[in-house]
Amino acid sequence: MSIPHTFVVYVEDKPGVLNRVVSLFRRRGFNIESLSVGHTDRSGVSRMTIVMEAEESAARLVEANLYKLVNVLRVEELTDGDAVLRDLALIKVRADTERRAQVLQVVKVFRARVVDVVTDALIVEITGGEDKIDGLVDVLRPFGIIEMARTGTIAMKRGAEAPSIQPHFVHARVPEVPANRAPEDDLPSEERSPH
Amino acid sequence: MFGYPGGAILPAYDALPEYTSVKHVLVRHEQGAAHMADGYARASGRVGVCMATSGPGATNLVTGIATAMMDSSPVLCITGQVPSHAIGTDAFQETDVTGVMLPITKHSYLVTKTDEIATTLKEALYIAQSGRPAPVLVDIAKDAQQGSCEYQWDDSPVRLPGYRPDLRALPEEFERAVELINAAKKPVILAGHGVLMSGASQVLLDFVEKTRIPVAMTLLGLSGFPASHPLSLGMMGMHGESWVNTAIQEADLLLAFGMRFDDRVIGNPKTYALKAKKIHVEIDPSEINKNIPVDVGIVGDLRETLQVLLPGVERRDRSEWHAHISELKGDSAVRDILHLPDSGHLYAAHVINDLWRYTEGKALVVTDVGQHQMWETQYYKHDYPRKLITSGGLGTMGFALPAAIGAKMAMPDEEVWVIAGDGGFQMTAAELSTCVQENLKIHVAIINNGYLGLVRQWQEFFYGGRYSASPMQNPDFVKLADAHGIAGLRVERRDQIEETVRRAREQSGTVVIDFRVEKEDTVYPMVPAGADLHAMIRRPVPVKK
Repeated sequence: MSIPHTFVVYVEDKPGVLNRVVSLFRRRGFNIESLSVGHTDRSGVSRMTIVMEAEESAARLVEANLYKLVNVLRVEELTDGDAVLRDLALIKVRADTERRAQVLQVVKVFRARVVDVVTDALIVEITGGEDKIDGLVDVLRPFGIIEMARTGTIAMKRGAEAPSIQPHFVHARVPEVPANRAPEDDLPSEERSPH
Repeated sequence: MFGYPGGAILPAYDALPEYTSVKHVLVRHEQGAAHMADGYARASGRVGVCMATSGPGATNLVTGIATAMMDSSPVLCITGQVPSHAIGTDAFQETDVTGVMLPITKHSYLVTKTDEIATTLKEALYIAQSGRPAPVLVDIAKDAQQGSCEYQWDDSPVRLPGYRPDLRALPEEFERAVELINAAKKPVILAGHGVLMSGASQVLLDFVEKTRIPVAMTLLGLSGFPASHPLSLGMMGMHGESWVNTAIQEADLLLAFGMRFDDRVIGNPKTYALKAKKIHVEIDPSEINKNIPVDVGIVGDLRETLQVLLPGVERRDRSEWHAHISELKGDSAVRDILHLPDSGHLYAAHVINDLWRYTEGKALVVTDVGQHQMWETQYYKHDYPRKLITSGGLGTMGFALPAAIGAKMAMPDEEVWVIAGDGGFQMTAAELSTCVQENLKIHVAIINNGYLGLVRQWQEFFYGGRYSASPMQNPDFVKLADAHGIAGLRVERRDQIEETVRRAREQSGTVVIDFRVEKEDTVYPMVPAGADLHAMIRRPVPVKK
């Protein structure tokens, strides 16, 4: 059964890494629904959230192939529901004096906010799950959407747990780290040059 | 190191003569350099190195790098790049080489700073040969080559945070594998390239002697298990013998050792070995459950894995299963082309079988791609590891001669034979000059039928016999050899083979033998692409005149 899978991929922040990840999806014929990339709290490490619609077996293949990329540090799958998934959208919508009140009413109901106002239009900013944003878009459409930008989903697991340093592999495990070396050593840090 | 100089790599070439421990071989086309590095790697197990300039030099490497990638061969590929300030400006001989090579390398680097060259090369060598071996590209900007820096050799082990070539299987997978092996009544081992790459031939033999499980090999697995061993079934797949494929289809357990269930091996995946439980031992986790879902996946080095499994598996007799497989052979022997009476025709199968006999099965054979390649697998029986080098995954015509040069450089004491078709040989025939320049002794057997033989065969079977663009007008290969100042010999009848092989082996340099074989001969048996593995087109029973 094909369902949306959300992968969080931690990668080294090096030139061409995004190309490598995207090329993998293209090369193996997997379709990306959304992709967003940004920094993490750790310098030298970027975080990608990739949503793809796929069967379970294909999702496992994607995960295994992501790990084959030398610059990929860790892959987490956040599909089972105990994660927060958020999009951000900016929607420029027509709102002349006659209909402005109606638009603002809608914005209020959706707990969105207005970030720019000109005579005939507004820019509405909304964060939330995909469904919520889709809902707002549907309601605003009759007023006339001039332009829209969406970030794509970013995701984070709920709870106090940090992401695992020892990644989980299907059919395999990472040999234990020797006692004299902390697992954190393996991740790039500010002190270490990229090479 | 195999390479070809040019503008953007000239600084590196300028420094080369200072390093007398680096042997450089000047090729005639960069594709040859990549195949040579690949052949060197396959013959020796060590990383082969090729070097070329930017732009056309680098793009000419592509076919060779893709070949090495598909067959998991450790190759380091060094290319010159235009100066860093010119990158992105469409400068003379500029190509986005890291972009072009991205899908056909395990990893790639663009180096623009002098002080990054040494560490990058060290990382690249480590990545190429660890885990599942594969080519790695290092593209070095010309100004980085020209710069200078303080240099101190760092001999600490390479540590890359995101690279895990050291994955190990979960302990419970070993237990489940041993249980399945001990319970199986009709097991078959599928031995792949991993047997050779992990050096598992001896432990595989021990495993087979103990468990008495018969061994079928993939094309690249050939020579990993002795062909003369009573439990060697031979090659599986599209041109595998009928009893091998039938045994796989009837098996109740398949042990896939270092292979990847390629489509040429499985035929139709929906009907492949449906009765069998499957255990897959593989160093690359992404191969497990890729083409064929398996019951047990064991990630890790094959040799180490077999050493772990060996004490747990039980000694078995299995003579009933062996007897059944013998029955499957049925009338195969009667159909075998070897049993055709000598009618004055020269059959390629006879040529290859005679080469096997006269070289006592000990030669290191490098084949090209096509009919001769399949006949080689059927009629040259390899008993020793790494004695067959062939382009499997990519099926690259033109591979044989340059790969043989690389293999000969790696193993100078081996008797190296190229077996190539007339089509494939001509694709890289210019490398004969390289043989002469390097004073190499290679035996080049051209199985010359005046056709692109396998194309012609497909046209005969599947395209109504319309031989579109498959007949080939060839040069006189004996004269071609003569032009290179090496011996050229010709064989037109079977009774000339022995004497010609003897003369060829006596030559001090490379020798070309033009075997004028039967023009419209067919490789049997054959599983049409995507068909069920048991639906083979078999050899017709020969009509005795």
